[in-house]
Amino acid sequence: MIGERSSEITLAHTAKTRNLKTEHRVQKFWFSLMWLFGLITVLILILVIGYVLVQGGKAVNWELLTTPPKGGLSGEGGISTTIATTFYLVGLTLLIATPLGVSAAVYLIEYAGEQSLSSKFLRTMINIANFAVETLAGIPSIIFGLFGYVLFVSTLKFGFSLLSASLAGACLVLPTIIRTTEEALLAVPDDYRRGSLALGATKWQTLSRIVLPAAMPGIITGIILSVGRVISETAVFYVTLGGSYRLPTSIMDSGRTLALHLYYLAMDTRAFDKAMGTGAVLVVMIFLINLVINLISRKLTAGVRKVR
Amino acid sequence: MKYAKKSLLVVLSGLMCLALIAACGSKSTPTPAAPVAEATEAPKVTEATEAPQGESAISLSGSTTVQPLAEKLAEAFMAANAGVRIDVQGGGSSVGVKAAGEGTSDIGMASRDVKDTEMTEFPNLQVFVIARDGIAIVAHPEVPVGDLTVDQVRDIFSGKTTNWKDVGGEDQSIILVSREEGSGTRAAFEEMVMGKETVIAATAILQPSNGSVRTTVSTTPYSIGYLSFGYLDESVKALSIGGVAPTEPNAADGTYPIVRPLNMLTNGEPTGAVKQFLDFILSEAGQKMVVEDGYIAVK
Amino acid sequence: MSGRMIVDKAVKVVLFASAIISILIVLAIGFFIFRESLDAWAKIGISEMLFKSVWRPGQDQYGILAMIVGSVSVTFGAILMGVPLALGCAIFLAEIAPAGVQSIVRPAVQLLAGIPSVVYGLFGLVILVPMIRKLNVPGNSGFGLLASSIVLAVMILPTIASIAEDAIRAVPENYRQGSLALGATKWQTITKVVLPAGKSGIIAAIILGIGRALGETMAMIMVIGNSVIMPKPLTANPLTFFLSQARTLTGNIAVEINYATGLHANALFATGVVLFALIMIINASARWIITHDQRSSEKAR
Repeated sequence: MIGERSSEITLAHTAKTRNLKTEHRVQKFWFSLMWLFGLITVLILILVIGYVLVQGGKAVNWELLTTPPKGGLSGEGGISTTIATTFYLVGLTLLIATPLGVSAAVYLIEYAGEQSLSSKFLRTMINIANFAVETLAGIPSIIFGLFGYVLFVSTLKFGFSLLSASLAGACLVLPTIIRTTEEALLAVPDDYRRGSLALGATKWQTLSRIVLPAAMPGIITGIILSVGRVISETAVFYVTLGGSYRLPTSIMDSGRTLALHLYYLAMDTRAFDKAMGTGAVLVVMIFLINLVINLISRKLTAGVRKVR
Repeated sequence: MKYAKKSLLVVLSGLMCLALIAACGSKSTPTPAAPVAEATEAPKVTEATEAPQGESAISLSGSTTVQPLAEKLAEAFMAANAGVRIDVQGGGSSVGVKAAGEGTSDIGMASRDVKDTEMTEFPNLQVFVIARDGIAIVAHPEVPVGDLTVDQVRDIFSGKTTNWKDVGGEDQSIILVSREEGSGTRAAFEEMVMGKETVIAATAILQPSNGSVRTTVSTTPYSIGYLSFGYLDESVKALSIGGVAPTEPNAADGTYPIVRPLNMLTNGEPTGAVKQFLDFILSEAGQKMVVEDGYIAVK
Repeated sequence: MSGRMIVDKAVKVVLFASAIISILIVLAIGFFIFRESLDAWAKIGISEMLFKSVWRPGQDQYGILAMIVGSVSVTFGAILMGVPLALGCAIFLAEIAPAGVQSIVRPAVQLLAGIPSVVYGLFGLVILVPMIRKLNVPGNSGFGLLASSIVLAVMILPTIASIAEDAIRAVPENYRQGSLALGATKWQTITKVVLPAGKSGIIAAIILGIGRALGETMAMIMVIGNSVIMPKPLTANPLTFFLSQARTLTGNIAVEINYATGLHANALFATGVVLFALIMIINASARWIITHDQRSSEKAR
């Protein structure tokens, strides 16, 4: 709307001023360039995804998806166990990270306001906590890997296992969950809270029965985002998960996720076709995740509009 | 109420700190024998999981050279012994020695001799030579050169010879592919080819495993690298050394010059399933698999 | 006090404990990685590690300068290619593109951000490296700074583009209307009014992109060649600098950590400390730019 209006204004001015003609030509040049950049971005996406999907699609079949890898580093077999391990790891990581992340966000948004009035200590802690979340979000994944390696793998003697990897992974996705939950909570209108409190509910009753359900779609978005993060992550699990492609039977077993398997296939074997196939499976997963997130956020904005 | 809240907080944060301190404390007493090594503990640890009754689990870690062979042996052994579960992990020879010595893995794998310093650190190590392995010098399949002397190989890898024309090939610069520090294959290659004085040129592409060296050499024209015999296939050209082809018979009879042992290590005499697995490897069936994979049988 | 009030208080304490977990994690990360690196600093020496470029753990030589230079070079290359593209894309999305085009480009950017780094690495390994290898320069293996910079440029593109787009959108609409009313063209409005107003957010976006680039690991291992060498031009032509192989700080850790014991492992943790410090400085400066700007603009109002 505004864009159209402003271009009308621009046009009107062009007719009046001579100098604006050259300005307009300059604008045309730069606008074409910006269009080009947008186009290039889409082209890169099509190139990367298209190539992986087309090349990988050839290798993806029912057999690849349902047989376990075998033959050591020869790249034989399928990817079934790595798919299962990926889901195990995703589940375990989120089992650890979600309660922590959501509770942290609830505290930082819902309680921080009242606390900061009462106690200097709490106010400082909240400031530090916010700073820490931001710091965590910026730490490169290999550092989480190193941390998981030294603390969970060796010091706590969990070994290269699903447990070590999911603990390290939980640290990795914690800021994502906290930030998205915070945003979801902030989007819940204050009237909800006041209404509930006015009816005599305690703060926790208000939170658990009114605010959290209202914020649920946003929280779920954060969780799904984290699922994507865990599926795509390699560096952390490269140094904490061990890399055995056998199906883990307990959380103390080592394993190999799809992304890790892709790395091993591409680097250690010449099974580039299977690597591409694994890549295609990954890309499809990420695509689905993005789709779901977009659906939720569309529904969310539609819901907000209705409320208003 | 306020007091109660605060004290709860103090208790809670205290508990957390305690958990952390306990975590640090559990390893803050370094063993005098290995004050430096202590700092990181053994990497590839596979804590043997509490297996259901009647089952046993064996964990292996170490050399990526031995790893694929061990995985195949393990698959065969597990097929014959349903109750046993074997986990094979990489990590490199140094890790294999350490994991076996510290007991974090039941069996350590090493594709080189155990160093004297390692023997003094872990005096109970039992060494089982499960196979011998040649190290082949490999080049991209389109490289016309088919034979090099050990001296030529040394000059190439030290960066003294940089062009294929100096060793009878085309006028193209040589692209070196080597392994990481800590790799048993690299250690064996350095020991047997480079000698003590010369080092591998810094310009070499470094890859973290035998497999990735093979992939890189097979896809990079004018490249040269070195590989365990077990990894040789049609994708790379194995060069003969001083006229001797890198084949299993030539390595077995000692005419091929670059041969090293593949070891499995245990801390103390092996027992139970671990002993059974080692016996299986050294049995006729096991050694047949060793040969099938391009290594040299020890029996 | 009624039962539900007690529940209320208990919940508050539990939530507070969760809230400070991130503090504990940050502290623990710093503590453990630094502790593991202590031996390296003490036995090797800080200047020996930071200013020597020979990394030969077998001979107890642990200089990481080559890796620092490698990380900086590849990041520089990625910024050179990625930033103009990303900013162009952000301006396009925020100011120029019609709604229909936006609804294609924005999900594309989002999807690019989500693709696993190993997939980019694989793409680089299978497509870029063989392509670059065709450049006829002696010693060119295809692996190296050029391949890794291109891969990284694509990887940081969505990060920078989306943050910069937000920054541009955050510029109040009346700025634009004012400029247009004064007779400026739309492009003049963008360059002279909107971009300067969104400057701090855009700079922060670039800095965060730099952080992302410095931290990338697996894709780098796959295409950079991992040679421990100070990158330098292969021939007299300085542009061949980008054909040189290199190793990043992240790659040094990931490639060798599984092979390392003793002092070698300590030195790798020290590499982690250097990386950690670099990233902290970068992120802190991004934060400083944003908050500083907020404050100054608040003052202006």
